[in-house]
Amino acid sequence: MNNSDLLLQMKDLKTYFFLDEGTVKAVDGADLEIKACSTLGVVGESGCGKSVAARSIMRIVAKGGRIVNGEIMFHQRLRDPETGSRSSNLVDVLDLAALNPHGEKIRSIRGAEISMVFQEPMTSLSPVHTIGNQIGEVVSLHQKLDSKQAREKAIDMLDRVGMPLPQRTIDRYPHELSGGMRQRAMIAMALSCHPSLLIADEPTTALDVTTEAQILTLMRQLQEELGMSIMFITHNLGVIAQMADRVAVMYLGKVVEDASVEDLFYKPLHPYTQALLQSIPRLGAKKDRNQRLASIRGSVPDPYNLPRGCPFHPRCARRLDICDKEEPPLVKVDTGHQVRCVLYK
Amino acid sequence: MSPEDQTVPPSFLLEVKNLKKHFPIKKGFVFSQLVGQVKAVDDVSFYIRPGETLGLVGESGCGKTTTGRLIMRAYDPTSGEIWFDDCKLGRVNVAALDKQQLRQIRMNMQMVFQDPYSSLNPRMTLLQIVGEPLLVNQVARGSELQDRVAELLKVVGLRPEYMQRYPHAFSGGQRQRIGLARALALNPQLVVCDEPVSALDVSVQAQSLNLLQDLQSEFHLTYLFVSHDLSVVEHISDRVVVMYVGKLVEHARTEELFYKPRHPYTEALLSAVPKPDPRQRSTPIVLEGDVADPANPPSGCYFHPRCRFCIEKCRTEAPQLREISPDHFVSCHRADELDLAGVTQ
Ligand SMILES: Nc1ncnc2c1ncn2[C@@H]1O[C@H](COP(=O)(O)OP(=O)(O)OP(=O)(O)O)[C@@H](O)[C@H]1O
Ligand SMILES: Nc1ncnc2c1ncn2[C@@H]1O[C@H](COP(=O)(O)OP(=O)(O)OP(=O)(O)O)[C@@H](O)[C@H]1O
Ligand code: SF4
Ligand SMILES: [Mg+2]
Ligand SMILES: [Mg+2]
Repeated sequence: MNNSDLLLQMKDLKTYFFLDEGTVKAVDGADLEIKACSTLGVVGESGCGKSVAARSIMRIVAKGGRIVNGEIMFHQRLRDPETGSRSSNLVDVLDLAALNPHGEKIRSIRGAEISMVFQEPMTSLSPVHTIGNQIGEVVSLHQKLDSKQAREKAIDMLDRVGMPLPQRTIDRYPHELSGGMRQRAMIAMALSCHPSLLIADEPTTALDVTTEAQILTLMRQLQEELGMSIMFITHNLGVIAQMADRVAVMYLGKVVEDASVEDLFYKPLHPYTQALLQSIPRLGAKKDRNQRLASIRGSVPDPYNLPRGCPFHPRCARRLDICDKEEPPLVKVDTGHQVRCVLYK
Repeated sequence: MSPEDQTVPPSFLLEVKNLKKHFPIKKGFVFSQLVGQVKAVDDVSFYIRPGETLGLVGESGCGKTTTGRLIMRAYDPTSGEIWFDDCKLGRVNVAALDKQQLRQIRMNMQMVFQDPYSSLNPRMTLLQIVGEPLLVNQVARGSELQDRVAELLKVVGLRPEYMQRYPHAFSGGQRQRIGLARALALNPQLVVCDEPVSALDVSVQAQSLNLLQDLQSEFHLTYLFVSHDLSVVEHISDRVVVMYVGKLVEHARTEELFYKPRHPYTEALLSAVPKPDPRQRSTPIVLEGDVADPANPPSGCYFHPRCRFCIEKCRTEAPQLREISPDHFVSCHRADELDLAGVTQ
């Protein structure tokens, strides 16, 4: 394939937690690709490893966790330090998985080249500093600006994320803001150095639908303006359909399907993706009052006892005899459409 | 009971009239002073017919849980009436009952809580959890109790052998079922379900919704179904009530409310739901600003600062709830003239 627009490529990543109770294979052989200026949606249920995969990219995996295998190739491009805009000239291709998580290199990337927003804004905002000081600090860490310039930059960012009265909000503390405004402040901080990749980990899950709609619209606008890529993590298929260009579906630490958003919703291949799409209630789809949803049997297994073979086999309606014995590889079925299931081998 | 109440058609299992709950805001510890009120529920009226499901939707803090708790008399209302057609006591105003009568009535009204993780006592076995209401109300004990609990567990799709286990050994979906078994123990007429599926994995939600529907037809249950998820509410409800900052803004049959909303807030809410279809990428109606503060609501129509149809009258005069067509209630000055968009399919 053409590598010129590749931004990040994760190959067979394994991130495990070594605990007294046993080993949690949080990410267990995940492959994904993020193209420049596009959005990769990562969808999957609670505990499937979405956040750990994202934190592995940033190299901020919590204590007890370690990358034990795989590569995370990041294609760094030449950028204008003033505007943050990037040329297509490659500066470097580096394996983030091989870096020292406390080293100089990853720190120059974190926040500047790749930044992250979380479901809970208070994970990245400090309660004891004003919004402006926090954004200013990030900016001056990576760019040579005096405090007045940093403040102007912060006001400009708050303005861009649609914060009402940015000149005043800049001196507010996080607790003085509503949930939606805090989310905006966190996004402003994450984007203040014009990263080429924004990792958004369930940024709207805790918000009401009307606030969610505001934030999603904002993220699309900013992506167009700043030309960045987004890795959008969510368990909400509606949000995926609205935001993503490509989609990776995760189940128990693996990417089980990888497709364009169109293919994923109109030609899903993996039995898990198919079942998931059929099981969600859709607005306007109700025909009569006794309508039942197609449900998936069982529940997500506990992470200490992963099933052998295909991780989905105990719940799969289309399983074959070999499904509990052999772990299916990721197979390319069509251009840009890969699936991990024996039905397509 | 006054004679005029007897004339109301017996076709309502529950009828709520002008219900209000204002929580005091106090300042200071020793000489605490009343400094204001949170109008959590502010003049809400609706009804539920036997055997149907009434959905209650609205954004965080709009008063859904408070409404549910008022109906159960977990809170004493500030004012208003809650008429319940009890199978033994007849039509009674729950808001005016004494302790003794409340105990009686609570056998026929049950609540299932928002969070399946915190609502079950971790130190009690399933037998104790599900059996408690039977024991307390002296319905069954000893081996009869065990038999009854075994039966209840089977009804909700859990194995009776699990009876001696503790809640921590179960998944979210299974815990939701335990809560449901407990709620059904006394064979209630009305079940108030507060966000029963919100904390569940996507793949397990469908199972739980199907189970709720099966139980409803099997035991002729009536549900008040509280949720912020409009797709789920459309799927499960016969009629839907929409709340905004403690007020009821619209109440109609499900199809009517979703396809032909009459209140601008309902329209905005529907347009904000991210549709799980990449071919339907819509631009949601963006509501400016945040949800009003129930301690300090705006004048006139509470929605007016965010409403794109706001006129002078909306700023000064509070719209009254009125029946705009049979069984369709709305509280908006301009409901007659507006042509609002509903869900498209
Ligand atoms: N700090 C940690 N210590 C031990 N185990 C962890 C830790 N963080 C995550 N895990 C485990 O790793 C697995 C993947 O977790 P992860 O947080 O990536 O899931 P997720 O897909 O983000 O889920 P959610 O949708 O709930 O956020 C889970 O089984 C989780 O329990
Ligand atoms: N016990 C209480 N004392 C004081 N205020 C309360 C109390 N319970 C609720 N409130 C306030 O009343 C309002 C309505 O709360 P309620 O819990 O009913 O909302 P909700 O619609 O259930 O929200 P959510 O979707 O977040 O569960 C909120 O502003 C809340 O802060
Ligand atoms: S009363 Fe006025 S402000 Fe309120 S919803 Fe109707 S048009 Fe909008
Ligand atoms: Mg997560
Ligand atoms: Mg609630």
